[in-house]
Amino acid sequence: METLERIIEQHPFFADLDPSYMGLVVGCASNRRFKAGDYVFKEGSEANEFYLIRSGRVALEIFAPQRTPIVVETLGDGDILGWSWLIPPYLRKFHAHAIEDTAAIALDGKCLRTKCEQNHDLGYELLKRFARIIAQRLEATRFQLIDVYAAK
Amino acid sequence: MVAHAKLDPMMPQPFTMRQVTKETSDTFTFTLEPPKGNNGTRFLPGQFSMLWVFGVGELPISISGDPAEHERLTYTVRSVGQATHALVSRKAGDGIGVRGPFGTGWPIDAAHGRDVIVVAGGIGLAPLRPVIYHVLRNRKEYGRLVVLYGARSPRDLLYRKELASWARQPETQVLITVDYGGIGWHGHVGVVTTLFKYARVQPARSVAMICGPEIMMRFVNRELETYGLRREDIYLSMERNMKCAVGFCGHCQYGPHFICKDGPVFPYESIRPLLDKYEL
Repeated sequence: METLERIIEQHPFFADLDPSYMGLVVGCASNRRFKAGDYVFKEGSEANEFYLIRSGRVALEIFAPQRTPIVVETLGDGDILGWSWLIPPYLRKFHAHAIEDTAAIALDGKCLRTKCEQNHDLGYELLKRFARIIAQRLEATRFQLIDVYAAK
Repeated sequence: MVAHAKLDPMMPQPFTMRQVTKETSDTFTFTLEPPKGNNGTRFLPGQFSMLWVFGVGELPISISGDPAEHERLTYTVRSVGQATHALVSRKAGDGIGVRGPFGTGWPIDAAHGRDVIVVAGGIGLAPLRPVIYHVLRNRKEYGRLVVLYGARSPRDLLYRKELASWARQPETQVLITVDYGGIGWHGHVGVVTTLFKYARVQPARSVAMICGPEIMMRFVNRELETYGLRREDIYLSMERNMKCAVGFCGHCQYGPHFICKDGPVFPYESIRPLLDKYEL
């Protein structure tokens, strides 16, 4: 059975992370499982964790009264879920809804925030990695907004 | 058919509408049969025909059928204007004039022994479907086949049954995403580029074939390069206003190229500088 440390080390998000930081990250990690239909988190709740999805699929939803939730994106194997833990006021902006049975590693954002404040090199390293993901998602969202498949 | 095109590429041949199938609310697949005595039609995946709707006009339409089936030609078209609407409204037995096939095809020979990545957006899956048929029919000649398909919504997905059947083939991966999911959709939501990270291929030994709206193809090219594909292994199918289909009229001129004659399939490297030009 793979250890948490090994899984995290092999995840692309943590590729080439200084080994001295890896211990700090692993110390904040735990395994989680969500059944299809479970909410990983809900809009407005405290953002104290983020997740490395190992398998399954999670939909990011916007809640809309009197209509079905609007799925803006789905995340799957290998994806990172959640960055609100890093940005004040540390509150979730979307619902994260498991649409398949999902296995993930939860990383304690509160614990990591404290470690990042104490060690700015670690903080900068993590921020760079999250900035890359945020930029990719922003680009994808802009591309989505263009509605390229609409009839001319 | 190729022989006819060489003799007189401007002369339509009288084909007969055999069947029209509704794919989505505005997209139709139809089959044409050649006149009696015709030896069949050979085409390369990626080529197109000029279809003459008598009394209405002529349209360039990519062939979406199986290149191994010579006894008929299959096309998929989105009905968005007078001519396309007239075309898909034709009944079985009605006549349609056909010129072609014209243009360059997808690099099925250059892809021998390599992984094939097919990236399609919207109706862009239609000109790529012959490649998928060809690879599946000649499975041992190719490495893995990965189909990445993006559409606007689940209702806009083409060839749903075939997508499911391709996904069950060995060494084949079919990933579908939509920009807007809806109730009951449990698949991916997001643009087609977000699928690359799930593709199980070796980028350095892959050939990518892309067809879709030009903006989508620009995003896809960039992402494929980031993913590790070499520019010379990326091919695109371009679309412009094709009229004569043989490079005489200049309607489809694209920089130094005529899309009808030099394309519609181009190596990315050869047209890369043109993709960023507003004037083109």
